[in-house]
Amino acid sequence: MLGLHKKDFNLLLIVVVLAMLAPFILNPFPENSGLAQFNAGYPDLMQKFVIFGIFAIGFNILFGLTGYLSFGHAAFLGIGSYSCVWMFKLLGYSVVPGILLSIVTSGIFAWLIGIISLRRSGIYFSILTLAFAQMSFALCYSVLSNPKFNLTNGETGLQVYNNDPQYFRGEGSPNVPHFFGMEMNATHKMELGGWLFQFNTGYYLCAVIMVLAFYLSIRIFRSPFGMMLRAIKSNNTRMNYTGLNARPYTLAAFVISGMYAGLAGGLLSAVDPLAGAERMQWTASGEVVLMTILGGAGTLIGPVLGSGLIKYFENIFSKINDNVLHSWFSFMPDGIEDLMVTLIHPFVGKGWHLTLGVLFMLIVIFLPGGLVEGGQRIKRLISGKKAADETEDEATQSTPAE
Amino acid sequence: MDAIILQILNGLDKGSAYALIALGLTLIFGTLGVVNFAHGALFMIGAFCAVTLSKIFSLSYEVIDESQTDFLGNPLKVQTPYVEAWFGPETGAALIDWSVPLAILFSIPIMITIGFIMERGLIKHFYKRPHADQILVTFGLAIVLQEIIKYYYGANPIPTPAPDVFRGSYDFSAMLGFEPNSVIYPVWRLIYFAFSALIIGAVFAFLQFTTFGMVVRAGMADRETVGLLGINIDKRFTIMFGIAAAVAGLAGVMYAPINAPNYHMGMDFLVLSFVVVVVGGMGSLPGAVAAGFLLGILESFASTTWATTTIPGINQIIIYLVAIIILLTRPRGLMGKKGVMEE
Amino acid sequence: MGILEVKNVNKRFGGLQALGDVNLSVEENSVHAIIGPNGAGKSTLLNVLIGKLIPDTGSVSFDGQSVLGRKPYEICQMGISRVFQTPEIFGELSVLENMMIPIFAKRDGAFRMHAVENSSNEKAIIEQAEHVLESLNMADKRHFNSASMSRGDKRRLEIGMCLSQNPRLLLLDEPTAGMARADTNNTIDLLKQIKDERDITIAIIEHDMHVVFSLAERITVLAQGTPLVEDTPDNIKGHPKVREAYLGESA
Repeated sequence: MLGLHKKDFNLLLIVVVLAMLAPFILNPFPENSGLAQFNAGYPDLMQKFVIFGIFAIGFNILFGLTGYLSFGHAAFLGIGSYSCVWMFKLLGYSVVPGILLSIVTSGIFAWLIGIISLRRSGIYFSILTLAFAQMSFALCYSVLSNPKFNLTNGETGLQVYNNDPQYFRGEGSPNVPHFFGMEMNATHKMELGGWLFQFNTGYYLCAVIMVLAFYLSIRIFRSPFGMMLRAIKSNNTRMNYTGLNARPYTLAAFVISGMYAGLAGGLLSAVDPLAGAERMQWTASGEVVLMTILGGAGTLIGPVLGSGLIKYFENIFSKINDNVLHSWFSFMPDGIEDLMVTLIHPFVGKGWHLTLGVLFMLIVIFLPGGLVEGGQRIKRLISGKKAADETEDEATQSTPAE
Repeated sequence: MDAIILQILNGLDKGSAYALIALGLTLIFGTLGVVNFAHGALFMIGAFCAVTLSKIFSLSYEVIDESQTDFLGNPLKVQTPYVEAWFGPETGAALIDWSVPLAILFSIPIMITIGFIMERGLIKHFYKRPHADQILVTFGLAIVLQEIIKYYYGANPIPTPAPDVFRGSYDFSAMLGFEPNSVIYPVWRLIYFAFSALIIGAVFAFLQFTTFGMVVRAGMADRETVGLLGINIDKRFTIMFGIAAAVAGLAGVMYAPINAPNYHMGMDFLVLSFVVVVVGGMGSLPGAVAAGFLLGILESFASTTWATTTIPGINQIIIYLVAIIILLTRPRGLMGKKGVMEE
Repeated sequence: MGILEVKNVNKRFGGLQALGDVNLSVEENSVHAIIGPNGAGKSTLLNVLIGKLIPDTGSVSFDGQSVLGRKPYEICQMGISRVFQTPEIFGELSVLENMMIPIFAKRDGAFRMHAVENSSNEKAIIEQAEHVLESLNMADKRHFNSASMSRGDKRRLEIGMCLSQNPRLLLLDEPTAGMARADTNNTIDLLKQIKDERDITIAIIEHDMHVVFSLAERITVLAQGTPLVEDTPDNIKGHPKVREAYLGESA
């Protein structure tokens, strides 16, 4: 179906179902229950899930397939965001030109940076991309926001003002970003028993785009091009002595993944028309690396899982405070309750980054294949299959078209 | 001329910090072959050693002085640091005043211990893994370390002043034969530079003149051969990791008065230090030091009004720009050895 | 005029004369072995042949064209395929995929790989890859993870990958180093079969005399960076100079 093998098609189907039903799935707890704080089914967070999912899917095309570890991918995210807001300022609040332009500009920048960075590999490539991203950040944060030539609006962030031209803004069209008249921030609320489900236009637009992006990534993974990229990762020496110049392939992968990042950046602006330079900082680049590794680099579903998990932690873990902890452990004797709260306290609330760091280290040390590998190991344990069978299984999967 | 000298001086303190961190990074990379993204965190921990010592010295108990009253008429509560009670007011006050230099002694055992634990507990298991994995795990470690510091010390910078005698600036103009007030330079920064030069000299002397250093240098050149000679190179490398950690820590301790330490200062310096290492040449110790000072001074020149009006923002991007140009024209860096991670 | 011509090549590393005045001519469709004791300059010569090292003086030409200063992929496009001392294969890919890559490379040239698959094109490539695997007796292993195979099988696969591109010259660098006896014999048989079935020139750099004398039609003995003698295997066996160079080694 759709040019996919059965297994991939099923995976795509699962992603489609999850994305479409997310408002239900992510809201398992009734509104008034104590567990409602673990609900993630509100528009803001769901949008982040899918947008950063796109970012990570794109990053995985570069890192997962070719093994080139870019530490500057956030630059493309930022470029995409700025492009989209500029379209809002110049043309009007329709998101379509903004999103298209964000893909184009980030692609152009990725091509320029890629030509230079890809002349080196390994750690040098990582540092070159990092240097480019930090440079872009510095430029956007201060240099490009002087009164004479204000491209980025510096610290305040680029946003739409009332006196912006918006040349193509139609009469009576919404005064917020919209997709053919449908306002991005419009949310349809549905109460069902004790539950409250929210259906947000912005989320669904992003989710549909995410599904398309995911589909394209499956096609790339399974294509001869993807096979070639995996070959480059596997053994660059043999690649060179096979009579192929590997650079056009890695450059293409770099540009594609840069365009994914730009698309994600454009969508961030589309759901919230404000673009700031901090989106380009190297911590943001580090985050997408974390997402991809956490989920499983080089796997199809890994980056989506990783980005979802990290964004969930960021929003939910950071909300847990001492009162919540005390209420959890209230069934224990007082001394132990306090001890438990003291022990867990550093890892939640403002300290959720600590959890993230620890989790990330554990993954890199014990589970280099990320959550996907973890899942496979558990599956293997349960089914008790022999390892040999399994490897043969996997080899068959990785072979395209039979 | 005086302006040029001033800019060179201005670049020295940052250059010193870059050089010291880059030196440690290179030692670790050269000996262990590991790219350590947590090295900036060691610098940061060093700075917090200074913060900690100054906090310990300022620990006080409260006495109620009946002879004085505060503005509400209640008896005045006086905070007396324990050190003043124990060692007498003068010695106590001097200890508090000199807490940053004293933190040097305090930090060395701490940093070496942290270095040992890091190497034996974590890095050791990553020698055989790809560089990408090393980057990732040390990156994770850096996040953990800085979050721990943030948890205990808060997110705000903590001002940690230098001893009284070293505060303020010194006018070098007369000494150099310029107009008065043309070359004014903070004393502590000069001390920082001298201190860095001392540390760098000590590390080089250690590598050059001791048998231990000789083996380490041989190991950096060809690990396998040295291993074949029956020398336990791993143990020495662990010690080198401790030394590199101590160097970064000391750089941090002394930097505390220049910039109030905060939990993310390590990462800010790390990104630039990596650039420094690459510009100097991966695996070259003199390269790391030279590039550190060079880039520090270059940054300071780019921050002059003349430079920023000619090319706006040049001060923000100069280091990256230089790094990109160097990497593309001289892939090995300024003093890099042939064959060390050239690809 | 041979297909591969090395003329007056000199290469120094600091004070060490690695190659001194090397002249070598490899005849088309012959098997030419280069032997020599350790440190004779075999590896340096090989690196010069494939353009990785540029000699201080002299020229290396393949079919009349200079190979010096060319990138590895350009050399390969000229028709030189290289087999490495440790088999260089795509360890993370299956055997069949390993075989498909060079076929793709040969067919599609520089950059015409489809980012989204094109099944008709691909089918032909898979067929061709399977055909090569069959000729290597490896068809049953096509879904194996190539990294988990024995060294002999990896070597077999690597040679197959080179052959799938129909090279004119196959360069082998100690193809049986580190192999068990059975694997060594299998590799020799494979190379003999290739020699009989194809119009191909084989240049082989080898330490193992057993391999050399079972395959080579001509042998060049290298000692201290200079060719000592060049002759047929039978004459080499009894050559006094060779015995001298190999004193203490089993010649």
